[in-house]
Amino acid sequence: MWSNAARNDWILLAGFSLVVLCLPLILEPIGAAYPALMQKFCIFGIFAIGFNILFGLTGYLSFGHAAFLGVGSYAAVWSFKLLTMNAIPAIVFAIVCAAVFALVIGYVSLKRSGIYFSILTLAFAQMSYNLAYSVLTPLTNGETGLQLSLQDPRIIDALFVAPQAGLPRVNLFGLHTSGGGYAGFYLCAAALIVCFFIALRIFRSPFGLMLRAIKSNQTRMRYTGFNTRPYLLAAFVISGMYAGLAGGLMAVTDPLVGAERMQWTASGEVVLMTILGGAGTLVGPVLGAAVIKYFENIFSSFSATTLQGVFGFLPDVIERPLVSFLSLFVGDGWNLTLGVVFMLIVIFLPGGLMEGLRRIWSLFGRRPGGGDKVPAAQTQLAE
Amino acid sequence: MTARNVVLHVADVHKRFGGLHALADVDLQVEEGTTHAIIGPNGAGKSTLLNVCIGRLAPDTGAVVFDGQVITGKQPHEINQMGVVRVFQTPEIFSDLNLLQNVMVPAFAKRDGAFRLNAMRSVATRTDIRDEALHCLEEVGLLGQKDAVAGSLSRGDKRRLELAMGLVQKPRLLLLDEPTAGMSRHDTNSTIDLLKKFKGRGMTKVIIEHDMHVVFSLADRVTVLAQGRIIAEGSPDEVRGNARVQEAYLGGAHP
Repeated sequence: MWSNAARNDWILLAGFSLVVLCLPLILEPIGAAYPALMQKFCIFGIFAIGFNILFGLTGYLSFGHAAFLGVGSYAAVWSFKLLTMNAIPAIVFAIVCAAVFALVIGYVSLKRSGIYFSILTLAFAQMSYNLAYSVLTPLTNGETGLQLSLQDPRIIDALFVAPQAGLPRVNLFGLHTSGGGYAGFYLCAAALIVCFFIALRIFRSPFGLMLRAIKSNQTRMRYTGFNTRPYLLAAFVISGMYAGLAGGLMAVTDPLVGAERMQWTASGEVVLMTILGGAGTLVGPVLGAAVIKYFENIFSSFSATTLQGVFGFLPDVIERPLVSFLSLFVGDGWNLTLGVVFMLIVIFLPGGLMEGLRRIWSLFGRRPGGGDKVPAAQTQLAE
Repeated sequence: MTARNVVLHVADVHKRFGGLHALADVDLQVEEGTTHAIIGPNGAGKSTLLNVCIGRLAPDTGAVVFDGQVITGKQPHEINQMGVVRVFQTPEIFSDLNLLQNVMVPAFAKRDGAFRLNAMRSVATRTDIRDEALHCLEEVGLLGQKDAVAGSLSRGDKRRLELAMGLVQKPRLLLLDEPTAGMSRHDTNSTIDLLKKFKGRGMTKVIIEHDMHVVFSLADRVTVLAQGRIIAEGSPDEVRGNARVQEAYLGGAHP
């Protein structure tokens, strides 16, 4: 039975990798198969997987994870400015900086639990945002945002490469990762797969079991001989590092960062993604991230004309009121649709999209349980 | 004082809650390997005493000494790691986890200590822990339900599960807070049998109990608390014959 569980995990990982690497084919029919959008799916997938390690396993709801995202981006851009345009040092630097930040913020915030913990993280994130926006202008370039310039030293690059005209581009040993090409997407996809693998290991490890036990009954954990604080802090720092990596990848694919990346709306977005997809599940957060980014980017570009095209076969009397009603929900109204979808899911599927998929899957008469995640995820993405 | 080693010494403990003197001058010695019952009417301070022993409450004065070390003021997890395990009155279990996981978690605490970042190794590879947990589930008779979610158990089964969670840590001192409260006669008797089974294993037990049937079936020594003070101590028969005890407790409350 146990080796069976391990086998199912490998199948899950293989299936997940396959879906991620084939995204350009899978997303073609729904008009989302361009790299700039797909890399967003991957980056926010990483962000949500990391957030889920904290929220899904321990139940501690952080409302300040965008701070780590922002720190990761700033760190990566500084690495481009000071050291080299290579993506690898930038990513490493982003993760390390986010980890240090998460250690400090987590250490203080975890002195409280429940709503007080959420408020503390929110306060820290807003502080970081305001610092980045005004006080720390020398570091962050304030409201203009931090960007590359020709005067940057780029110490390492200066040693090896002769300077060329114009701004250099971010690269991964010769491949240009910025500017919305496939190199950027595949770098993000590879990072997402590695992140998913690490999360899978954490979920199955004793550490993951302890986090779940803390979520279930923290008092009992203390009387069971566990020091729960370091467990929580470790989970917080790990999820902060995931956010840092996501922020770093944002900079790698587009080396420009502004303070708004740290705003509370960005923190709230990752909460929505995780809950929408299914908190505490492995695939759910990625799915939630993809759905929200799809709505934001594709649904928002639909217009009344698109709707008229879709409903053109209907008689005029029905078509006109229908289109004018539905046009409230597309275009600039995409937030409205997302809000409705989110409400429906929270009310009818408290386990998120993953619970919905599991229900659909069990309708088809296959054995329910852990092993069904792969095919379920595939059917969803293939739709 | 005796040939046997004193494993738990509650030394002159006082505890006040506002005007209420919950514990006064409580001095208690528990010998290694014995089952020591603490009885007394409601509000006598039994639970307060237990909470002081596991570090949930700090005494105003006095100290609790376990195995030669003062445990007063230590963190709950430190006291547990020393080998003191408490089974709660209202079952404290991990309701969202299954029975096997519920018992594996304390087994991990015993093996790996208060904190260990073992995030890359699978739980499934720790067959030692799993076997220990399965063994304990078998002993309390819950092996058949090992994959059930703990929250779905009946109250009696939850208490047995908690007992298994305590036993898997192989504690030196097991503190049981009314292990049969709210149980049917049948469940009470099976719990007594279960606890008797563990008597010869060198585990010291302190039982807080209302039910005289349980106390007289299990205890080697009985301490009677009333209004925060010890009013009698001795073997079960001595305590049963004590006039003050009968007046304070047995006369009114015993069915």
